[in-house]
Amino acid sequence: MAASETPGATARERAADYLAKRHRFRLAEALPWLIAIAVFFIFPTRMTFGSQVLVMVMFALSLDLILGYAGIVTLGHAAFFGVGAYTVGLAAARLEWTEPISGLFAAAIAAGLVGFVTGWFLLRYRGLTLLMLTLATAILLQETGNLRSDISGGYDGLPGLTFKPLLGIFDYDLYGHTYYLYVLAVLAVVFYLVRRIVYSPFGQALTGIRENVRRMHAIGSPVHRRLVTVYTIAAAIAGVAGALFTQTNAYVTLTVFDFDNSAKVMVMLILGGTGRLYGAFVGAAVYMVLEDYFSKLSPTFWQFGIGLMLVLAVLFAPRGILGVFERFGNYLSERKRS
Amino acid sequence: MPQFANIAVSILFDGLAYAMFLFITSVGLSVTMGLMGFVNLAHGAFAMAGGYIVVTLTRSYGVGFVPSLVIAAVVVGAVSVVFERFLYRRLYKSTDLEQVLLTIGLAFMAIATATYLYGPIPKSVPLPDWLQGDVNLGFRYFPSYRAFLIVLGTVLISVLWYAFERTNIGAKIRAAVDNRRMAESVGINVDRLFTLTFAVGSGLAALGGGLAIQLLGLSPSFAVLYLVLFLIVVAVGGLGSLKGTLLAALVLGIFDTGGKYLFADAGGFFVYAVTVVVLLIKPAGFYGRE
Repeated sequence: MAASETPGATARERAADYLAKRHRFRLAEALPWLIAIAVFFIFPTRMTFGSQVLVMVMFALSLDLILGYAGIVTLGHAAFFGVGAYTVGLAAARLEWTEPISGLFAAAIAAGLVGFVTGWFLLRYRGLTLLMLTLATAILLQETGNLRSDISGGYDGLPGLTFKPLLGIFDYDLYGHTYYLYVLAVLAVVFYLVRRIVYSPFGQALTGIRENVRRMHAIGSPVHRRLVTVYTIAAAIAGVAGALFTQTNAYVTLTVFDFDNSAKVMVMLILGGTGRLYGAFVGAAVYMVLEDYFSKLSPTFWQFGIGLMLVLAVLFAPRGILGVFERFGNYLSERKRS
Repeated sequence: MPQFANIAVSILFDGLAYAMFLFITSVGLSVTMGLMGFVNLAHGAFAMAGGYIVVTLTRSYGVGFVPSLVIAAVVVGAVSVVFERFLYRRLYKSTDLEQVLLTIGLAFMAIATATYLYGPIPKSVPLPDWLQGDVNLGFRYFPSYRAFLIVLGTVLISVLWYAFERTNIGAKIRAAVDNRRMAESVGINVDRLFTLTFAVGSGLAALGGGLAIQLLGLSPSFAVLYLVLFLIVVAVGGLGSLKGTLLAALVLGIFDTGGKYLFADAGGFFVYAVTVVVLLIKPAGFYGRE
């Protein structure tokens, strides 16, 4: 512990020391990024699928921020993904605004705004009430889109969108190489931000709220304001993921608001492990690859498989795939010691 | 009869029939959630199982519609005890999230199994003659099936009300919903009570699933599609409250039917709008405890 190393330090310094230590990059953290770059060279023909995996990683990462760190259980996270996706889609289809990077910012602002307003109202509630309210939010957005299908295109969506070349130079190519690197770069930026947030004092306060709300109230932490802040940030990130989804697929339909989409991202995150940042990477990648493989064999079989995976995960691996590795690692190091 | 009165009567009648279906299917969920605080997202799967049992019995074995409903309710009620004993029981003390994940996993498996066995196309069920066509209520003709639903729902509500308010077991359930620890300390076996209510609730869900075939159609996605509606009824009514579930079923059933009659484009908008308004004002639902 830092306390024994510097006995004379004040509590404030010790706390800062602890945070700084946790924040330092470890070597193992380079691994997912190296894998992502290696994939670019090994599977040059599967880059569209690769981009989709990276988009889902970002979506799961935004959920990790509120579910894994702040402990907000939501069934309507697809609402923000959808708002981001439609911001870019509508801008391109109706306003001819096809510059991709400014589109991301617009999506972040729009989704963040929706997150701020809904979060302000909804985050006073907990449990079943919160689950139902978040779910209803996503469905109400979907129904609104359906009601004005003259603008949104309804369930047929907005097909055949085209976007300007990246930075005015790099154009979209047939196998999606450009977009893979583009999504990867955006993911790296977003990940850096999320990592900063999680290891900051603000992130510690969120973990405190997750672990014991009453105590956080008791020590005078502004719980509601903190929750709304992180909800807004997560919404903005989900919005960016949605925008990237529209840009890489060149279409968007109202199904992005589906309950299935909210449930899917949650399953990915749980599968990888919550509250550990890289759980989003592992979960999304494993889920997407398995889905790609098994749903080609038989979609029914695949659906049964996800169900079974969830049941087994809850019963035997509540901390996700990374949790299993962690336990295995602890077991090995204990054996080495004895 | 003037046009608007005619429409109003239709909305009330259809809304009432729909509300009865919602009540029958959701009441078990409400009581089990009130008792154990267990978030059971597989409830819709029990309802779906009931529906498919009715389809199989009537189509392949030639059993009558009403006897099939009874058999489906009993079978699903009995099978649900196995799930409760071996799976749910382990998670009573877990977080909401783990319960949500386990039960949604079960729901996915149920959907896949139903798709494998029955295919994705919606099923129908042969009805006896007396449930087909219209019935004359003196001033107007109404569809017999919906009239049957309303009568059946009223009977069930009376029976449940009597069991809840006037019998020893009902008193024990109310005591346990109100204060579980206190109920246990005066010697009520809440675990056994829970198994019983879980079985009855799942059986009623299966009955609701059987009734839904004619009303809404039955396909494998039923388990998740209508689950949201059942959860909304429970949340709006208040956990563990019979009165609340009934009131919520009536309000949501009539609003949904009315919305679909008057503004066909708006679809499901009304149910969710009503839900949001009610829950923002009364977060614990109509009769839930704050």
